[in-house]
Amino acid sequence: MTVQHAEPVPVEETPAASTENKILQVALAGQPNVGKSTLFNLLTGLNQHVGNWPGKTVERKEGNFVLRGRTYRLIDLPGTYSLTANSEEELITREFIIRERPDVVVALVDAAILERSLYLVAELIPLPAPVIVALNMMDVAEQEGVHIEPQVLEAALGVPVVPMTATRNEGVKELIGAVEDVADGRYDYDPSIPHIRQDHRDVLEQVESIIEGCVPAPYPQDWIALKLLEGDQKVSEMMAGCLPAERQSALDIVLREHDDALVAVASGRYDWIGRMIRAALTRPTTGPISLTGKLDRWATHPLWGLAIMAGILGLVFWLTYAVGAPLQDLLDTYVVGGLAQLARLTLGAAPPWVTDLVADGMIGGVGAMLTFLPILVIFFAVMGILEDVGYLARAAYVMDRFMHLMGLHGKSFLPLFLGFGCNVPAVLGARVIESKRARLLTILLAPLMPCTARMTVIAFLAPAFFGSAAALVSWGMILLALTVLALSGVLINRTVFRGERAAFIMELPIYHLPNWRTIGMRVWQRSLSFIRKAGTLILAVSVVVWVLSTLPAGEIQSSYLARIGRFLEPIGQLMGFDWRLTVALLTSFIAKENSIATLGVLFGTGASRGLAEQLAATFSAATALAFLTVQMLFVPCVATVAVIRQETDSWAWTLFDLLFLLVVSLGVGVAVYWVVRLLGG
Amino acid sequence: MSRASSPRKPDGVVSLSALHSGEHGEVVDLAGGRGMLSRMTALGFTPGADVTVVQNYGRGPLIARVRDARIALGRGEADRVYVRRTSA
Repeated sequence: MTVQHAEPVPVEETPAASTENKILQVALAGQPNVGKSTLFNLLTGLNQHVGNWPGKTVERKEGNFVLRGRTYRLIDLPGTYSLTANSEEELITREFIIRERPDVVVALVDAAILERSLYLVAELIPLPAPVIVALNMMDVAEQEGVHIEPQVLEAALGVPVVPMTATRNEGVKELIGAVEDVADGRYDYDPSIPHIRQDHRDVLEQVESIIEGCVPAPYPQDWIALKLLEGDQKVSEMMAGCLPAERQSALDIVLREHDDALVAVASGRYDWIGRMIRAALTRPTTGPISLTGKLDRWATHPLWGLAIMAGILGLVFWLTYAVGAPLQDLLDTYVVGGLAQLARLTLGAAPPWVTDLVADGMIGGVGAMLTFLPILVIFFAVMGILEDVGYLARAAYVMDRFMHLMGLHGKSFLPLFLGFGCNVPAVLGARVIESKRARLLTILLAPLMPCTARMTVIAFLAPAFFGSAAALVSWGMILLALTVLALSGVLINRTVFRGERAAFIMELPIYHLPNWRTIGMRVWQRSLSFIRKAGTLILAVSVVVWVLSTLPAGEIQSSYLARIGRFLEPIGQLMGFDWRLTVALLTSFIAKENSIATLGVLFGTGASRGLAEQLAATFSAATALAFLTVQMLFVPCVATVAVIRQETDSWAWTLFDLLFLLVVSLGVGVAVYWVVRLLGG
Repeated sequence: MSRASSPRKPDGVVSLSALHSGEHGEVVDLAGGRGMLSRMTALGFTPGADVTVVQNYGRGPLIARVRDARIALGRGEADRVYVRRTSA
């Protein structure tokens, strides 16, 4: 298999001729947590385009800006620690630089963690695009007692080094000036190149001579040789398709003999970094413990850390309920209700089915989506703040030992937990997890979190069936859902992912004050992308379900949906359901709370107390408990399905999840029914 | 995937997970699959690097400071980093 690309490789352009009016392509690279988004937002403002990298689930941001009469296109490359093909992010970054050859690569480094941050620079410099080092977070570095002399570092590196503090807009003009100088050839660009550790130089030469003349354009031969020694999977696959058989076997022999070369390559880079920073960096003498150290004594403590996290989560819940829920109601009553009324008024002359389709089907669907927004905005804002401040990594650290048991990552905890509010942000929040496998598993499990809408249904039905034991039943349902979630995690992890353990290696960034601009942009972009991408699917499914529940006679009792319900009755009967309960479950696909409204219509009572009483009179306790169980674990609402599809970028995984949830919910439902019956319920 | 064999520990060499909070060490060797080695080395764990264990409660993940960065590691990952205790 070869590495694939969506866009053609640009033809080498002759320099000088068109430089003045050409749009300068500037790629922004950097390790995670170095403030890339802040710089990107500062330069491009609202003039940015957010999408995905072709065929990947990694976000791609680019934007244009004009400065001193020149147009720049800034491409935000994903944050990565290195450029070995361990993750999509790393692959995207290096393929972009090698194939698209941006005019300049701005490598953002964290001045407070200079040595480690420069590791990516050591990987970027050998690539065929000039690099400028932007020393960001100079303020944090000073605060931590780290002193850096940019000119000294620049002299050693042979590439421009620009000190800056993006959060205060300091040094940004100088950075663009340096970009211009390099792009126009006014800078004497003469980078120092890192080499492999001394004891592996011969091996590197050997590899180079084997692959000589076989490296496909536009890859640099020495870079390919180094990546082969590092055991890079993508490069190995690509070369296997290019090398003649005898050279391939010669290569295999060399590589097998030196399978420790990876460490030598990395050591070579760190040796190079050591030489680069020797004169430029002064570390703090052992003085007072830094602020980060002090805060971490509490935030990462096995006990206090949990307490702090519980406090923060409590606050988030309070916010969601105190602010989000009333806003949802307002939106539902005034905006959605108003729109529906307006539609009925303006469509007065149209046939009634048109009016109903628009007012109930379409606006209902839009409403289902709109009412998610307040909760989503709160969620994105909270996650954004926690991430930007640096707390998210601490919460993940504290929770890792528990999440780990389910094959999840510490970082899976917050998104999943906040799924109590709503499953949609839980799925979207899984983006903070770098490990692709753990992210996928988190997304697949998120629908098992009992969301508010499901709890609404339980809260309505449980008192009718179980009287004073209602609270106990509700708690039991939550406990059941969480147990099923944990067991499903273990099961999927063992079977589908074959027990591969998610390695837990995570940086704990230095704490700093939140950058409101960055957080605001993120909330805005994520909300917009939800409306754009999930919106279409939600609307389409809403209309389809509305049509099914209306045609042919205009009432649900004799509709196609009811026929489907009757057709499925044999399955429902395993739990004592009649077709009406099945239809209620089907309509809950639009929004979970719909099942009450549907039962109201089907029993001719409306969603009133009367409904609850009639239900209690119709069904046994065993059936009731089974219905609540299925309702709790059933296929999630269409909004959640839409974001699962969006975030996994795969219909296969989405359908797998739906099927899995369907089987699990029915299986557990039937089990509950029979256990209760055997116990004499 | 090739797997570097678990190195024999010379005298005085222990796993990173054996260091207590506040103790220092120098990385001697690393074990693990390629993906894991690649991540660990990128984060700064290469032979010769100074490491300080910031927090280690004897079970669960631990926090180490390497090349000025704080890295949280699962115990399994820390077990495969071999260090020699140093005093400073």
